[in-house]
Amino acid sequence: MARFQPFQLNPRLKRSLIPWLVPLLLLVLWQLLASRGVIPTRILPAPSAIALAAINMGRSGELWGHLSISAGRAGVGFLIGASLGLLFGLINGLMPRAELLLDSSFQMLRNIPPLAMIPLVILWFGIGEEARVFLVSVGVFFPVYLNTFHGIRSIDPGLIEMGKVYGLSPWQIVTNIVLPGATPSILVGVRFSLGIAWIILIVGEQIAANSGIGYMAMNAREFMQTDIIVFSIILYALLGKLSDSMARGLEHRLLPWHPNFQRTAKAVPSKPAIS
Amino acid sequence: MSTTTPGTSLQLVELTKTYAGRPVLSAIDLAVDGGHFVAIVGRSGCGKSTLLRLLSGLEAPCDGGVLVNGEPLRSVNLHARIMFQDGRLLPWKSVLDNVGLGLRGDWRSRGLEVLRHVGLHERAGDWIARLSGGQRQRVALAKALITQPRLMLLDEPLGALDALTRIEMQQLIENLWLEEGFTSILVTHDVEEAVTLADRILVLEEGRIARDFRNDLQRPRRRGDPGFSQLTAEILDTILTQGGQGSAPQKTADHATEAVTPEHGHSPRPTGQPAGARGSERSDSPPIGEPSGALTAQLQ
Repeated sequence: MARFQPFQLNPRLKRSLIPWLVPLLLLVLWQLLASRGVIPTRILPAPSAIALAAINMGRSGELWGHLSISAGRAGVGFLIGASLGLLFGLINGLMPRAELLLDSSFQMLRNIPPLAMIPLVILWFGIGEEARVFLVSVGVFFPVYLNTFHGIRSIDPGLIEMGKVYGLSPWQIVTNIVLPGATPSILVGVRFSLGIAWIILIVGEQIAANSGIGYMAMNAREFMQTDIIVFSIILYALLGKLSDSMARGLEHRLLPWHPNFQRTAKAVPSKPAIS
Repeated sequence: MSTTTPGTSLQLVELTKTYAGRPVLSAIDLAVDGGHFVAIVGRSGCGKSTLLRLLSGLEAPCDGGVLVNGEPLRSVNLHARIMFQDGRLLPWKSVLDNVGLGLRGDWRSRGLEVLRHVGLHERAGDWIARLSGGQRQRVALAKALITQPRLMLLDEPLGALDALTRIEMQQLIENLWLEEGFTSILVTHDVEEAVTLADRILVLEEGRIARDFRNDLQRPRRRGDPGFSQLTAEILDTILTQGGQGSAPQKTADHATEAVTPEHGHSPRPTGQPAGARGSERSDSPPIGEPSGALTAQLQ
């Protein structure tokens, strides 16, 4: 049998565990301080209390309702905003005339924080779904637009010239050269805008909503349920991380050719197990 | 020559190009017969790359024009395939897909065959990022060859490669040219490369053809051969002395002095005559006691 080897973990497992070390330590510290009464429950409940609140909300189904509503809003808003951003990014990137016509308007609008529009948006849409979807779409639009535009414009003109010499039609140049070449940049925009979508949604739901995680947190404030408030905040963090991981997965899927995303697993041979 | 269609013939008639009032090419007249291998050498900025871009139709001349097989060239030259110095491969396509870019129908088997020709068929499925510089140029060559072009424009295709890979690639290009019989126009700043490959070498100087050398050396050519060294030195000397009025070049080649006279064997000729020996018998006289012809012919 093997000798006792306390920390001989699989290197891959080790790599995926190390990032969790600091959060885990903080959590333990927090639990200790809270359970000894150093931190009053009013200010910050113990992690165990928060976990309990989470379990209760999960059991009652309340959590899933709010969660799916928030995710739906973020998703719909993201889809609308990102599609429009992609569309206008492509149009303006490919057609200098369209850029001349539209780009400076976009640049002006870009500098208005979407959240500054909340009063106006409430007047337009009330506090219905449209208001939040609209805000998320506006926030998502600009990162996707800018990165798509930039991605198209920074394609090596030599490649396009090569396409012409090899007899490619303008459409073939767009599909074979321009779009794949702009994809890394577009995905940066997507990743960036996913984060923005959540941020805007949080504020939107806290100000004007009767459902969703933001509402859940604001509602809990009325009853001084700090555990639920903190839990909502943690939820946002987790959802943000989740959508970022999804965007990264997309990068790996769509950019297998990119040197940055080529599998490195072969380069790190796993240690043979010593028996 | 395995293919039946001859190489494209080219005729340049008073071809002129100016950029912002500055002449880059001034009234160049030149005829290139089908199937010839012509090299264009000269200092950087002499207009040799511009000439190639005009031949490819990527740029339009300011005056004069190009006749391709007797037809005036008006847009992108679809007879021609260009091989660029930087390869210009698409990193998001596999090696094979790069070779078949823009082709329709069943080109895959042909693509693999061309890749086998350049010795890369085993890498057909790899991404471009995985290849070395020399391998990338092989892919670029395969990509140019798959359509069996009748005119190959080579824009310093080997300029970025190391010396050994470059010699290897020169042999490959020479063999492919002998097999396929396309017309080749090679732009290079490497005089030895021009002498190795071309049967006609044009020295371009300030937008004009300063000299037109004929190269009848037997193929495959060897750098050490006396004829090779002599021609290299002569061409190099032409370039250096003609640039001398303006910017006083450093004398890099001392033994170039023995080949200054223009009537030294190779006389300039106005139009392309059929080149001499293009046989592939190995030249059987190894260089004995000759000064090594390995003078660095880099002009940049």
